[in-house]
Amino acid sequence: MQADLFEKARFRTVGDRGLLVEYGDVIDPDVNNKVRSMIIVMEDNPPQGVTEILPTYRSLLIIYDPSITHPAELQKTIKTLEARLGEIKIPPPRTVEIPVCYGAEFGPDIDFVADTNNLTVEEVIELHCEPQYLIYAVGFSPGFPFLGGLSERLYTPRLETPRTLVPEGSVGVANNQTGIYPVASPGGWQLIGRTPLKLFAPWRRNPFLYQAGDRIKFKSISAQEYARTVEEEAQ
Amino acid sequence: MDAFSVLTPGGYTTIQDQGRFGYQQMGIPVCGVLDAFAFHAANLLVANFRNAAVMEITVMGPRLEIIAEADLAVTGAEIGMTLNDQPIEVWKSFSVKPGDILDIQQVQSGCRAYLAVNGGIDVPEVMGSRSTYVGGNMGGYHGRLLKAGDVIKCGRAKRLPRMRQTPSDMIPSYPSEIVIRAIPGPQDDFFLEGLDVIFHSDFMVSTKADRMGYRLQGPKVEIRKGMPKSIISEPTMPGGVQIPPDEQPIILMVEQSVGGYTKIVTVISVDLSKVAQATPGDTIRFERVSLETAHALYQEQQKTLQDLEDRIARQ
Repeated sequence: MQADLFEKARFRTVGDRGLLVEYGDVIDPDVNNKVRSMIIVMEDNPPQGVTEILPTYRSLLIIYDPSITHPAELQKTIKTLEARLGEIKIPPPRTVEIPVCYGAEFGPDIDFVADTNNLTVEEVIELHCEPQYLIYAVGFSPGFPFLGGLSERLYTPRLETPRTLVPEGSVGVANNQTGIYPVASPGGWQLIGRTPLKLFAPWRRNPFLYQAGDRIKFKSISAQEYARTVEEEAQ
Repeated sequence: MDAFSVLTPGGYTTIQDQGRFGYQQMGIPVCGVLDAFAFHAANLLVANFRNAAVMEITVMGPRLEIIAEADLAVTGAEIGMTLNDQPIEVWKSFSVKPGDILDIQQVQSGCRAYLAVNGGIDVPEVMGSRSTYVGGNMGGYHGRLLKAGDVIKCGRAKRLPRMRQTPSDMIPSYPSEIVIRAIPGPQDDFFLEGLDVIFHSDFMVSTKADRMGYRLQGPKVEIRKGMPKSIISEPTMPGGVQIPPDEQPIILMVEQSVGGYTKIVTVISVDLSKVAQATPGDTIRFERVSLETAHALYQEQQKTLQDLEDRIARQ
């Protein structure tokens, strides 16, 4: 077992209604598998007083009603449930292809990402399109996928001060992560391109194109293809 | 049925209820009203069910033309208001008839006011809630702020037999110097002097203060040397006080679900209404409390809400 995967959960206090349960401090599929298994176990054995369970890369945020339960009580329950993690089967992942028009007006920070890593813009695009990224968690805004597996050669720090408005469909990198902004929102990631796909549509029968555990593959497209897909998506 | 039409929309007016729960793991923030206490009182004043949708008004109120007879109430921020040019008071219910003009003006203290109509504001439920999520362009009235010309509907309901008012001792005041109680964590171990700074300094609410978060200005809250300035993104809760690399705190509010900056402290639940009523230029001071104290205050607040309900419903 790796040092960065916690054998037992570590707990953090999140105000008077939240308990954060951490299973590791790295972006690693083993850590994420433990998180996803724990959700399945907890959904089968819902602890009293728990109102929501919010998963991410490496942790679960448990929201509780303080008039029904106490974090000490929840910690005890979680330790008991951990004994059953070995029995859990996790459903197999899918791969979803996301077309991206890189650079220019769609990716204003691509030069910064290239300069930071001594790469050309073409190399940035090539390195970004190569992996099949695992979606560890969805969040921050509707359908925002947190992706693991970014090439180390693209690691770039977040913006010092977040932008107050990032356009819908923007693709960005931040440290060792990459992701897509499905709706326009504030954000601190370095923007390198934009997808014409509607990643979140509350009116669609399935509002999202993917879920945590699926994989994403980026495909570089031209500005013409981008415009064509935008039109198709509007219909 | 049509309740009123919007003549002018005001500063930032949306339809909200308690919020949209159960989708945060897909990145849908809870949304809903920022000031739960004022929201609860507004619905009680017009004999609504607990989670009826209301209008959340920010700083500058809307001007409305009444279409149908109804009973209304406005709570929250102290705000000037006239019905056909006659002044009316907040925290009390009042009746309106077709053709009336309700003019909700500018806040005098506080930031947000809530307009409830008996029967509740009727907008389609999207993913279990009527709350507007402006950032996601969904819920509420077409997923957006109200604008001139919008026609707002309400549900059918029995009219009030008599008007109701909030007992004066239960109406909060909204000073511009605010003490907010908070518990260290979840990432308090990323800070040393930072914890002293956060608990012993005055912070000013900046102009970047909205339903997503309140950016504060004050002394720098430094992250311990050698600790990373950001963490792997994780779920956030309203009241989390996030420290981005510029080391100026942001109090996270209801339109955020996940974030990648450390949270030094978390505002206790009962004080979120105070944050909701803070306006740019106000001073915030954080006071450290224990988890046990926060839970005791939470229970006390539940009792206060029950008391409010009993005292208003008895009228």
